Parts: sequence; structure tokens; C-alpha cells
Amino acid sequence: MSKFQFPESIISRPVYGTLTSRPGKAHLMIADAEGAEAILDLAVQDAVLMAKSHIIYIPKGTGETYTTKLRALKPAQFYEGPSYEASVQRLRHVLANAHQGLQVYLAGTEGLMGQAQNEAMQAGIPHTSIQTEHRGSVARRMQCVHCKGITEDVMHDPFQCAHCGLHLFVRDHYSRRLAAYQGVRVDAEDHGNIPEPQELYS
Amino acid sequence: MSAAPQKAKPGAEQIPVTVSAVVPLNDLVTRFEFKRRDGKPFPTFSGGAHTVVTMNDDGRTRLNPYSLMSDPSDTSTYAISVRRDDNGRGGSLFMHTRVNVGDEMTITYPVNLFSLDLRARKHLFFAGGIGITPFLSMIAQLELMNGNWELHYSVRTEALGSYVDELRYKFPNKVHVYYDDKSEAIPLEDLLDGQPLGTNAYVCGPKGMIDWIHATAESAGWPDAQVHSEEFLAPAPGKPFEVRLCKSDLTIQVGENESLLEAIERSGVEAPFLCRGGACGQCETNVVSYDGEFVHRDHWLDDEQHADGSKIMPCVSRFVGKSLELDR
Amino acid sequence: MTIQFNEETFRDDYSFYNSDWAIKRFPFPFHEDSYMYSVNMEQHRGGPKGSVYEMRFDVDEHYVSEMKDRELVLADDPLRCQSLPHMTLAGWDLLELIMVSKSEDYPDLFELHRDGNHWRWINKPLGIDDTFTFLDETTLPYGPMEYITRQAQGDFCVLDQRDEMLWMDAGMVTTQADWSLDFDIGMNFFEWHAPVPLAHEMGIFKRALKFLLNVQQGAPARRLNWTMTVNPLLDTSPENYHKWGIQKTTLTPENLGAKQHLRVELQTFFRLPRSNALVFPIRCYLISFQDLVTIPKWGRRLHRVVRDLPVELATYKGFIDNRPMMLDYLSKFDDGLPTSPGVFPDLDTEPPLSG
Repeated sequence: MSKFQFPESIISRPVYGTLTSRPGKAHLMIADAEGAEAILDLAVQDAVLMAKSHIIYIPKGTGETYTTKLRALKPAQFYEGPSYEASVQRLRHVLANAHQGLQVYLAGTEGLMGQAQNEAMQAGIPHTSIQTEHRGSVARRMQCVHCKGITEDVMHDPFQCAHCGLHLFVRDHYSRRLAAYQGVRVDAEDHGNIPEPQELYS
Repeated sequence: MSAAPQKAKPGAEQIPVTVSAVVPLNDLVTRFEFKRRDGKPFPTFSGGAHTVVTMNDDGRTRLNPYSLMSDPSDTSTYAISVRRDDNGRGGSLFMHTRVNVGDEMTITYPVNLFSLDLRARKHLFFAGGIGITPFLSMIAQLELMNGNWELHYSVRTEALGSYVDELRYKFPNKVHVYYDDKSEAIPLEDLLDGQPLGTNAYVCGPKGMIDWIHATAESAGWPDAQVHSEEFLAPAPGKPFEVRLCKSDLTIQVGENESLLEAIERSGVEAPFLCRGGACGQCETNVVSYDGEFVHRDHWLDDEQHADGSKIMPCVSRFVGKSLELDR
Repeated sequence: MTIQFNEETFRDDYSFYNSDWAIKRFPFPFHEDSYMYSVNMEQHRGGPKGSVYEMRFDVDEHYVSEMKDRELVLADDPLRCQSLPHMTLAGWDLLELIMVSKSEDYPDLFELHRDGNHWRWINKPLGIDDTFTFLDETTLPYGPMEYITRQAQGDFCVLDQRDEMLWMDAGMVTTQADWSLDFDIGMNFFEWHAPVPLAHEMGIFKRALKFLLNVQQGAPARRLNWTMTVNPLLDTSPENYHKWGIQKTTLTPENLGAKQHLRVELQTFFRLPRSNALVFPIRCYLISFQDLVTIPKWGRRLHRVVRDLPVELATYKGFIDNRPMMLDYLSKFDDGLPTSPGVFPDLDTEPPLSG
């Protein structure tokens, strides 16, 4: 699958790169769905990397497409989780016991990378040292600025907040701490006037 | 806005002080303590801050930065420790040979270009020689906050180990000293391995030591943002050169033993500055034209800027060549 | 002088008002007849007697009612005040700065008695008399930043300085011009300014950052910023935008003079001593158009500034839809005469409105 080219945007919007192998004794990789492809590409770069790596992978509807290939890389540890939420306790445990020099690689959807990045930051790794590579869905994780509720996998602008029901427009303003973009009521100055939702990047 | 236009003066705010103690520590290092002349308390400061001391050396003004090494919460006294440099431009010699208890001097408000990252789970300090001074105030600050720290201090000989005894006595489990003359070295690779996530390393010492710690940490996978260093550059002497100051319509000579910044100031032209050590960026000056080679020594401009000849940091950098014109 | 504190509200019935004294000392932000972004920093070391620039932290007739409004906002939404864990020391620095400044600048209103770390703070307008131990959080009812900023007008952003960058790591933000601390906390200087149009391209933020990184102890700085608000509403937060946004549509030619307010931020910057953080107080002043045009110079100038402002800025500042109506109103106070340079009213020298 070809990589999506995000249009140029404001400075707070995250910019994703390409994973590269870095020096370090321990390597933690977290990916969902097509993010597996980025890990597979990374493994090709460095023959000895996988022996020092712990992969946390969430297939997210891709079934067995990637898990067999990832296992075949023979990482030191491999975990396949049914959801990001289910893997969070494991992730926190790994980070709590990690040492300086740990390399973190994130790949897949913005929602997954954002949340995992936040866990790594909380554990003491500067966000500038956490590598990311976007693959797969361009859906966004949105926070409603009014009720603070998070709506996952938003594909349309405007969209309806899953918590308070307000219709929100999708901003590019992004919070690393919340791992979410900001959603703001679209009809605040003209109640009831809600534009027809457009698919993102369409 | 123009509510009350006030032109900013170069440098930080000044504090008139009296020298209250001069304490030789060993053959090379002497501590100087200051009290305020107006009797008010000194401002508290953050660990790692420095002050710029004004010296009146027979009509020639010298401005040298020194780390504040006293306890930041002690507002009655400021202290600095000065290592004598017999081959330097004379600032440290002036302090050692000409400054006495009771002398009136001027120092600046504290300025911090080497502060603690207060998010750190642990602070790992590496000091080489006189590079111990900023860590003394950092340690005092962290002790007040129950901070988690550890010091690895490399000195030439036992006789030259400034503050070793005091540090070992107060913090026997946190202070580790290594003597060059006993061929002891900081076990850096071991120390960098196994530190908890969120540990920050700090180094102050000779350039070689700073480079060694940055490089070793990088190859151990440490994030660059978690390795901090401070190297005070004294302006190096060099061949005299001529500079044209366009805005001021002046041509000045920079002597062998003075910096370009000092020469500009001597000619009566006001130029911004803060640290006078190539770190803060305040004195950044645009180059109008040049025919020759720059001797860039600052930590402020990036490699590209050093290469393209568009800017110079006159506090530490020099020039060799036919002509240099500055936008000053 | 003793200040008469107004009984007034910034919500519901909007009984907020400015006395003649407050109108004359209003920090009018335009020093010429046009406006474009600039870094426009200057030192914050006093200003003309009685002006809002005179003291380190200006206290005026709105003090008590603004603090009541803040209490209401916080009761409704405690997330308006947040401090990341490493910012507590900066909070103490800020508490000290405000207590020392206010007790020295307004000795009839505030008293600070210090015996080592044993402090007693008396705030007469708010009826507070507290004793606590400096640097000991357990001796205050709130964290140090929250405690003192519940007693100080304006928003407060406390910025950590690391890696040649400023980070929005703590703040008390209840009177903001449509930005969310809860969303922006933890961002760096460029990130939290990301939504501002044009200024990035102009290099404004790079220059401003460079200036701010070098604000030193003992040498605070200041600048003005401005926007427009319908009704004297302090809490123009994004959190509540779904409630207040609609108020912008209630303007009519008849009520505009009373309802439309110029909103000015006096932004100051102080280096904090123990933490090396930078505190960025953002003090909000509101004035209705009808009060503002009582100063002839300001009426003339505001008309010209609003008329000539680029569309992007009028959109960002949220008044593009109302601009034609605002211009209809303001044009009546612009007789085309030249204006004197600078921000002050110059009532003695500027001619009254002609015709």
C-alpha cells in the first residue's frame, strides 16, 4: 500500500517520517494494521535489530495478513493484541521497566501512534526521540473541545461528537498530551446550520 | 506599542557588590564571595546560572562570566570560583592577583543557560575540573527539593580537587571522584547503561570531555535532548584585524588580546550581549561583506551559518583576512 | 489612591462598566492609524503615573468582580487551571513575584509579612488573611500557582524553558481569547501559536521567541495584543464557544455601541528565579465602542484600523461578519482629521470631533 501524503498544514499538526534503525540495546515497536509494513521495512534495514526488539501489534481488522510475517522476523518478544486499549497495561509495564537508550518505533494510524507516543513521553522519553511512520487509514482521533469526549476514527468533517452529540468541525490543531485533534462546534454562530459532511482529504 | 519607550541596555541588569571573602582553595582555584552594597537581598536563582563580573583593569573593562556556585536560596551572599589561567587574556589573573576583600565590583543578575530539566527522573552530573561550579548550585537546589542526583567528578590530582572533601563529606553516597594522576577514569559506558527512563545527563568541563559524553550517550541510544552541556568559552587571543562598522561609520582595530565585541565596545558603539561566551545568541551580528576567513568559535550559529559568512558572534569569534564589514 | 471596586458581572446581565477613570487609562493598542503584526516588545519598568503600565501587576476597579468571575469559571470547569508536575517550583516563584509586587505597589490593599519561610499574606479587597510555609504545598488550600492567580487579574501562562524553546506547561486561563489551556498544555511556543494566520510566514514568532528566551531576571518585558468581543464577556473560551458564539449575531446598529467591545491584552513577561521558567501574564481589558469613542483620537483611529485590517486578521479575530456594521457605527466618529502618534488619549491637544 502506498503511503499517504498529508497536505501541508499548521505547525501543531504532527509530521510523520520513515522508521530507521537507531543504536540502542532495546527496541520497542508498536504498530496497528498496515503499520506492520513499516516494521517489516525497518527489519530489512538492520539484520540484528529484531533480536533486541519487542513488537506490540494490533491487527485492527487486517486479520492474519501481517501477523505471520511479523512473527517470522523472530523478534525477541511478540505480542498481538485485540485492541490498543487491551495492550496499554503491557505497554506501561514495559516502559516502567525500561532504561535510558530504549528506542521506540511507532507505525500505523494517527490514533495509535499518538496514544503510544503519549505513554512513552509520560515514561520519560522526549517526543522528539520517538520515531513515527504513518501507514493505513487517515482517520483521526478527535477531542470535542466542549465536552472533552474523544471520538475515534473520524473520517468526515464535520462529524457528530460521540459523547455530547454536537456537530464539530475538524481542526488541524493537535495535542500530543491528548493524542487528538480539536473538534469545535460548527454551527456555534448559526445554530442548526450544519454543512454536508465531506470525507477527509477528499 | 509605545507606552513608555525604553531602549534595552546591553547585558543583564547590574548589581553593585563588595568583595566579602577571597578564599584560595588550591594552587589554581580561588573562591570570591560578594555582598550587595545596598544591603538588599540578592535575587534567588536557579542552579546552573552564571553572573558576568565587570573588572576594571587599569581603565580597561573586562567582562567575564562565572557560574554562581553558592546555594541559590542563600540571598545574603553570591560566590564564584575562578581558575587561574596563566595563558588566558588576563581576566582570571586579574581576579587572582588584583581583587581583595573590600573591593567594590559590579556583577550582573543571574542568567541561566545551563538549567536543570525539572522533569528528569534522575540527574546525572559529569564534572571536569573547574566545571564543578554549576553543579554546586544545582546540587543545593536539588537537595532542597529532594531531587534524585549523582555526581561523577574528574580532577587532575588530589591537591587540585576543588570542593572534593566538602562534597564527599556531605553526600558520601552520591559523589564519585576520579583522579587523573591515579589513572582513574569515569566508567562512562557502564554509567549510561541501566539508568531509568527519563534520566538527564549534564556535563561541564573541557571540550574533549563534553564531546566524549555526547558521543558515548548517542551511541548508547540516549536522546540528545537529555544530554546537556555547558562550556564557557573564553575569547581566544588571535592576530589583530580591522573591522568596518557600517551603521556607526567607524573603522576599528581588534587587538591580539581582546575580543571583537570588546573592541566594538571600546570604540563607544553599544552592542547587545549577554553571556559573552558564545552561547546565548544576543550579540549575533550581520556581516555586510568580507574578504577572508572567519574563526567561528560560538555554539550559537549552526554549521550552515558558519559556512555562509552571513553572521558572526563577536564575543568569541574572530576574523583573518583583508576586510570585514559588519552591520553595527 | 484608594480604588472603588465595581459591583458588576461579566455574564448573564453583563453589568460590567468602566468609570471615566478606567476609560482614560484604557490601554488603547494602536499607536498609529493602521495595524499589522509586530513583535512590539518593550521593557516593563513602569509607565506614566496612573496608567496600566505603571505597576508590575495593575489592579483596577474590576479586581473584585473579575476574581468572582474566575471563581465561577473554575467551579464550572476546573481544567482551566493546570500545572504539569515539574512546574510546582515555578508556581512558588510566581506566588512570590505577585505577593512581593502587589504588597510593594499597593500597600493599602495587600500586605506580605515574611519571617524566613513563614509567610503571612493579607489581601484586603478579597478579605484573605493566610499564613503558610513558603515552598510547602501542604500549607496552602490550592497549589501555589492556583492560589495566587485566584487573586490576580488576567490569565497566567507559566512557560518552562528547555532546548532553546518555551513550553506551555502550566497556566490559569479563564479570560482567554478563544484558546484552550487544557488542549494546549505541554505544547511548545510555535505549536500553541499554530492556528494564528500570517504571523508564522512573517517570522513574527521566531523573532518573538528569540526575544522571550532572553528575558532575564530583573528585566521584565511587555506588549499589547487585541481582539473584539460582543458583550463584556471575559470567558470567551473554546470550551464555551458553543454557548457564546451565538452572541455575535445579536448585534444591531442600535445596540452596537453598547455591546461591541474592544478587548485588549496587556501581556507581560517575567523570568522566574528558582525555576528559570518564564511567566506570561495576559491581562484583559474591555471597553465598549460607545465609551471608547468618547476619546476623539481613539474613535478616529479605531475606525481606520478596523476598516483597513486584512481579511485574514478580521476572520481570525472573529469579527469579519460584523465588520460592515462596526464600520457604519465607527465612521460617525471619524471626521478625517489627522491623529497624534502614540497610544495615549492626548485629550488636551487632540481636537474634539468636528461637524
